[in-house]
Amino acid sequence: MSTNKTPVSQDEYYRGIRTIPYDLIKELTLALAGVGVVAIVIAIALSSPDIAPVTIANWAQSAPIDFVTTSTNELAGATTSAAYGAPYNSGSTSMQHWGPIAPQSWFGVRIPVDSANAFVIQPLTRASVGNSDLFAALDQWQKATGDQQGKWLAAYTTALTTATVTDGKVAVATGDYGPLPTMMTNLLAVAQAGGLDGLLVINGRFYQTDYTQPLLFMGDGGYLASLAQAQNLKGSQWGVMNETGQYPGQTWLWLYTFWYQVWPFTSTTGFLGLSAANADLGIIIVMTVLTIALALVPLIPGLRDIPRWLPIHRLIWRRYYAPRKAAPART
Amino acid sequence: MSVSTRPKSVVPGESTSWTLRVRQIIDRKLPMDHLLPDRQPYYIGSWVYVFGVLTIAALVWVIFSGVVLSFFGPQWWHDSRVGHFFNSLHFWSVQLFFLFMVLHLWGQYFMAGWRHGRASTWMIGVVIFGVSILTAFTGYLSQQNFAAQFIAINGKDAMNSAGIGAFFNVLNFGQMYGLHVMLLPIGITFLVVVHIVMVRMRGVVKPIDPEGAASS
Repeated sequence: MSTNKTPVSQDEYYRGIRTIPYDLIKELTLALAGVGVVAIVIAIALSSPDIAPVTIANWAQSAPIDFVTTSTNELAGATTSAAYGAPYNSGSTSMQHWGPIAPQSWFGVRIPVDSANAFVIQPLTRASVGNSDLFAALDQWQKATGDQQGKWLAAYTTALTTATVTDGKVAVATGDYGPLPTMMTNLLAVAQAGGLDGLLVINGRFYQTDYTQPLLFMGDGGYLASLAQAQNLKGSQWGVMNETGQYPGQTWLWLYTFWYQVWPFTSTTGFLGLSAANADLGIIIVMTVLTIALALVPLIPGLRDIPRWLPIHRLIWRRYYAPRKAAPART
Repeated sequence: MSVSTRPKSVVPGESTSWTLRVRQIIDRKLPMDHLLPDRQPYYIGSWVYVFGVLTIAALVWVIFSGVVLSFFGPQWWHDSRVGHFFNSLHFWSVQLFFLFMVLHLWGQYFMAGWRHGRASTWMIGVVIFGVSILTAFTGYLSQQNFAAQFIAINGKDAMNSAGIGAFFNVLNFGQMYGLHVMLLPIGITFLVVVHIVMVRMRGVVKPIDPEGAASS
């Protein structure tokens, strides 16, 4: 199928083909009016999704044990964000590569996030002004050895698995947790009052529009994920193309989302080095290749010939392909 | 005031005026009767040809509703009924825009619309599709609702894995909103104008097998 003929003038190109009256401006005007009416009617009838965002206060009030467990894990460096890797820190748990292709490493740490300090220690330090118990607890924590901190964290994390909630406060069995109960009780109280929502976006300037820290923190917990699961937004649920409620989401991402549901991107062993462990990178590469192929369809033998092989064009131009005796005279 | 007595046009190549040369090129490549034609080949009488203009119409509504939303700001579309209506209008215009664009793309594929020197028109169309997806993605991130939160948390890993996240931070509302309301719409509009100009310059492609009849 020819794709690269030298362009000729339209007069020459259409020579011998009958033309009919055509009103471009009228067509555009009618299209604008028609699409506008349809969009307005649907907008009035169906509205649009607007489920309120979750705040850290919501999280701390609704799931205090999950909040305290996540905060404790931040101190232990055991959350997703704490050990993520580039672009946030020097961790490695979320670093992906495919053989020598490792763009995540190439660009390094460009949005530094120290989870333990940013999500726990710094907010508590600010909250300790005028709170001698918390000030003393923080002082004890910071003067303790890493080994001692580790023992407290391990014991407290274990105790949290059987914790109970009374009047919004988390209670654990008696044990040697050092200053952690005091620190976490205060952090929970600040969060429940809404203070942590502000403290995590504080940047030394009055205005801010960057929600990297609170979103990473909430992403480390289980509360937001459980709400997302109920709305079919998780990756394993084709979540990127979904929207809350019954509304259509980014359905045009169906092919991108599709790859997350199939082998080898669901496999732990994988194929040719592609597996669930580097699914994000692998799927980005696959989609990049497919997008380039789509753009280059006119140049790819086989792909560019399919339209000629399939008779769909005969439906589109059925008047043109109609038997000659019924077809309009072409002069 | 004196009136120029220079001829309106000269033989191409003889003038040293850049302006005159550009005008001559435009006159030659895209005369007004090609830009705004009042006659077309009879075989365009198919609904498939409507999807292109419907895509443009939906884009106009997307831009109009988006301009209104950006004028009043993010709180407006959550706190006011009128604002929420315009949010809904924007949302559904985007859905219609993608619906028509995909139908237009499939239609052009099955018509092999890239034939006879039109490959670049097809390629720019694919680029528009890609930039539109990116623009919609930043729009979903800018909604300031629960879906926006989780799309950001979920989507960051893909961006980070490809190294894009180091520069394109989906958790940064300010960056996403700025891209969504300014740079990306300008990019789409520019590319759509180029796409339309290329279509009008070359006209619609002839049917496959221009000899007609039933033979392929």
